[in-house]
This record gives sequence, C-alpha cells and structure tokens, in this order.
Amino acid sequence: MTNTVDTPTDASRSTPPSGLIAVARAPGWVRYALLAVGLAVAAWLPNGLYPAVAVDILCWALFAVAVDLLLGFTGLMSFGHAAFWGTSAYVTGLVAIHAGLPFPLAVLAGALAAAVLAVPIGYLAVKRTGIYFAMVTLAFAQMVYYVANEWRSVTQGENGLQGVPRELFGLDLTDDYFFYYAILPIVLLGLAAAWRIVHSPFGRVLVGIRDNPARARALGYPVHRYKLTAFVLSGFIAGLGGGLFAVGHRFVSLDVLHWTTSGKAVIVVVLGGIGTLWGGVLGAALVVRLEDWLSFSGFEAIGLVTGGIFVLVVVLFRRGIWGSVAALAHRLAARRR
Amino acid sequence: MSGFAQNTFNGLVSGAFYALLALGLAVIFGMLRVVNFAHGAFYMLGAFGAYVLLSEAGVPFWAALVIMPVGLGLLGMALERAVIHRLTKLDPLYNFLLTFGLTLILQDLVKLRYGVQSSPYETPSLLSGSVNFGLFDFPTYRVFILGFAVLLCVAVWWVLTRTRIGMVVRASTERPDLTRAFGIDVGRWVTPVFGFGIGLAGLAGVLAAPMRAVNPLMGADLIIVVFAVVVIGGLGSIFGSVAAGFGIGLVQAWGEAYLSNFPLVSQTIVFVVMAGVLLWRPAGLFGREEAPA
Repeated sequence: MTNTVDTPTDASRSTPPSGLIAVARAPGWVRYALLAVGLAVAAWLPNGLYPAVAVDILCWALFAVAVDLLLGFTGLMSFGHAAFWGTSAYVTGLVAIHAGLPFPLAVLAGALAAAVLAVPIGYLAVKRTGIYFAMVTLAFAQMVYYVANEWRSVTQGENGLQGVPRELFGLDLTDDYFFYYAILPIVLLGLAAAWRIVHSPFGRVLVGIRDNPARARALGYPVHRYKLTAFVLSGFIAGLGGGLFAVGHRFVSLDVLHWTTSGKAVIVVVLGGIGTLWGGVLGAALVVRLEDWLSFSGFEAIGLVTGGIFVLVVVLFRRGIWGSVAALAHRLAARRR
Repeated sequence: MSGFAQNTFNGLVSGAFYALLALGLAVIFGMLRVVNFAHGAFYMLGAFGAYVLLSEAGVPFWAALVIMPVGLGLLGMALERAVIHRLTKLDPLYNFLLTFGLTLILQDLVKLRYGVQSSPYETPSLLSGSVNFGLFDFPTYRVFILGFAVLLCVAVWWVLTRTRIGMVVRASTERPDLTRAFGIDVGRWVTPVFGFGIGLAGLAGVLAAPMRAVNPLMGADLIIVVFAVVVIGGLGSIFGSVAAGFGIGLVQAWGEAYLSNFPLVSQTIVFVVMAGVLLWRPAGLFGREEAPA
C-alpha cells in the first residue's frame, strides 16, 4: 500500500488511496498548518468573492464531501446524490415557508428527510456494486425528480418554491455577506463530521471494504450494513448542503433534483481528488466559481466548458488537484528520507 | 378490448426504442466494459441530424436512416480510438464519467447552434396514414418502427449466434480473458463494436424524429430510463436488455392507460419495477451475478 502511491496504474483506479494515505502520513504540524490556512480562507472568502458565490461554495463543499465519503472511502460512486441534496432543499424550503422555523432547524429537518430517503434507496442500491450501483442510484434519483415534478400541490412543479425565508430569531440575514458567516459554523460542523467518520474505526472498515470486499466479508463485517450506513450518513451531509443551498437562494427549483446536479457533484470530487476530503472542498470552490464567472460573462453553454474540463480531468488528471499535490508531497518526503 | 390493443401496441413501439438503445449499450458494455452515458446524446444526434439534413439540405428520411447511423457510427469509432480507448483498462467508472462529460458537451453544442426549442420533422409520405388490422387502425409509421426494430433485433441476434463475428463478440462479452487465450484478437473488434452500438443509437434517433419532439435534451431523460431497463434486464445479457426494453415499454403504456389518475405512477413505474427486480434478483432478470471484484 505504501509504495503503490507513485505508480500511475494504482492512481487511475476508481479508489486511489494516494490522497488519504499521503495526508494522513503528513507530519502533525503540516496538517495543523493546512487546517489553519483552510480556516483562514473560509473566514476571508466573502470578502474576496461575491458573498452569494461564497455561500454556494460552502453548500457545494458539503455536497462534494458527502459524495466523496462514498466514492473515495467506500468505493461506491453514487450518481444520484441530487436526490438527497434536492429532497433536503425542498423539505427545508417547505418547513421554512410553512412553519417559519429558524433556518438551522429547517435545514436539519431537510437533512433528516434526506437521510430517511437514503435508507430505502441505499438498501436497494448496495445490492449492486460498481457501475451498476451508479446506474441504480441514478435511476432512483430520477424517480425522485419525477415525484417532485408531478406533486405540484406541494412542490409547485416547474415554478419552484418561492420565497424561502432566512429566519434566525429576527436577525437580519438578507445580506449574503452576513448569511455566509451564519452558515459557516454549520458547514464546518458537517465537514468535521465527515472527517470524523473517515478517521473513525467505522471509516477504516469502509476503506477495508473498498479495497477488498471479499476480505472484509470474510473477516465477519456485515458489508451491506456498513455500506448502507455510509450511504445514509452521506445522504445526511448532502442534505445539509442542499438545505443551506435552498435558504441561500431563497428559492428551490427542480434543478436541485436533476441528474446533471448529481453528475456535477461527482465532477467536483474527481476534479478535487477522489478520496481526499480537502479535494472536494477545493473542487467545489473551483467549479462554483467557474460557473459563476461563465454565466456572468454571458456564456450560455456552461455544460460545454464543465463537460470539457471533466473529460480532460478523467483522461489526463485522474488524481485530481488535491490528490496530485498530496502524491507529489509524498514523493518529495520519500526522497528526503 | 380495442383500447387494450391500442395501449399494447403503443407500449411495444416505445419498447422498441428502449430495446434498440439497450441493445447498443449491452454490446458496447460487453466488449469494452463501458457503460456509455453518451448513448442518449447519440440518439439525440441521430434525430437532430435527420432534422438538419432535411431542413438544410433537403435530404429525405430514407437517406437519413442510412446516413446518420453510419456517420455516427464512424464518429463513435473515432471517439473510441481517441479517448475511450485510453480508459478501457481502468475502472469502468472512469468511462462512465467520461461519457457523462461527452454528453454535456454534445448537448450544449447542439443547444448553442439550434436552441432548446423542439423542431418538427414530418413523417415520410410513404409512412403517413394508418394501417387497418381488422378491428383497429394503427398509424403506419409506428407499425413501421415496430417491424423495423424487431427485424433489427432479430438480425443482431442472428449475427451474434450464427456468425463467426458474433461468436467472437459473445465470447469476449462473457470471458474476454479466455477468448484472448484462444488466440482471438479481442482488441480488433472493440472499435467496430463500439461504432455499431453508437450507430444503433443514432438509428433509434432517426426513427424517433417524426414521432417525438426533436430537441437537444430528448436523449437525456430517455437514457436514464434505459439504464433502469438494463438494470432490470441484466446489463451483461444482450437478450435481457432487449426483452426488458419491450417489457418496460409495455408496462409503461399499460400504467399510463390504466393508472391515468395517478400520473406519478406512470412516470415512475419503471423505477418501481427496477426496485422490485433488485429485491428479487439483484443481477437482473436475465443477468448473472457478477464475479466478486
């Protein structure tokens, strides 16, 4: 496992261990320094970008980390995570509109709804692996999309949910700049939870299942149950992001459930680096920023650019940004030794 | 009763599209282990190509029915050589992602040039009107599609089971390693088979042009249903893909007809069936359990 990091064949598998191993092996001070830099960037972000874009980045960071929890650490590529992101967005929006709860509670309700939805979908999906898993999750997500589309009395169909309030005990959060700082703790909590999951004994079992399911089964681990638990946790974290996204935009459209949203989430993870939680955050920042820049410059075919980048990343740059950096750092460290 | 015949017929017609698309997906998957997400986009290109050929060059339907599948098949072969080929040794997930990226690109290219509006395509005059089958009238064009698709599936079945090429394709679909060990150059067949699968998708697109709304997104939602179809039929099984294609077409049409008070049911019935199949036979109705990784 240690010296496989440098061989391209290993990095090109669906579940390159490079990033995880390299970062985990970095000396403690490096990790703390990185964490400090990350927190500083997070604290500064809405001063350097449009605050609305910064808010989107936070939401998408949660989404990407949720997808990476499955893709990078369990070896399952969900191509239907929009189901959880979108369901939470709708439930959050509905709760906020009709119950007028403070937004963190509405988001919590949304994320819980996403987790509940993840139980049956995950139960069925983990019966298949690899490419079949991707297709099954995709199909069920499309089913959720149809439900939202048809259930107009609740979801308003193609018009979407309008006027999702940003209520927090009367605080004025209409300005995206302040809203960013209001959701930052929630997002950091979600990211920390993902980190905690990955680095727990539970997370180690997931990685064991990813690397060799037969061995994990032989060791007596209930593989399906572990995968399902990971799936539900991932659905919850994706839901956290989707709920915040709904409050952030004060509007929920059917787009949140569309399969291109699921695909974009996977793109973000691959671009950032599969199996590296940091990579997901970085990928989210880049893709959201790029899309904003493209739409701001009046370019209509955003899919052309994101699709093109995606093809390039998959063909030439499979480790993603963080994965490449981590592998490079690892190699440098190995040479010095 | 006549209503039932009508619904069954319409179900078989939409099943024909699922079957053609699923068949292409199945042979491509068999040979390359690639689940081609871009299959829906090529279907769309087939329909759009037919529209552009007619409206901008006056090329009639019958010519488009040959030009588009061949042209798209060649384009597919070029794509296979240029990019997909590089990824075939990797985890199939990367090909899935690659073809997803291609889908976004192809869709947006068409959207940039022609917008998102649907474009009309007239039924060829030879196939307009309807055919009378005793008690019922069926639109000639749909009868043609059904006949054509069934004929095509039978032809593919014949090629696969009765010819040497078919033997190689089937053998490499089931056990590429063993086939190679018998001294058969599996690699030689990969590109043409990919082109053939893409050609089938393009053909389905041309057939759809006079019947469905031609627009850049027409393949996008269809491909997801086709994925559900191949999960139901078992992606490894060519027969399963075709049978599930027609079967799902029927189930959908009957659902639409007899559960019309619940529009939700008719839209999602495919996925409900898929859930049932996953519970009962996770490998699909005609699939076999994949070898543990």
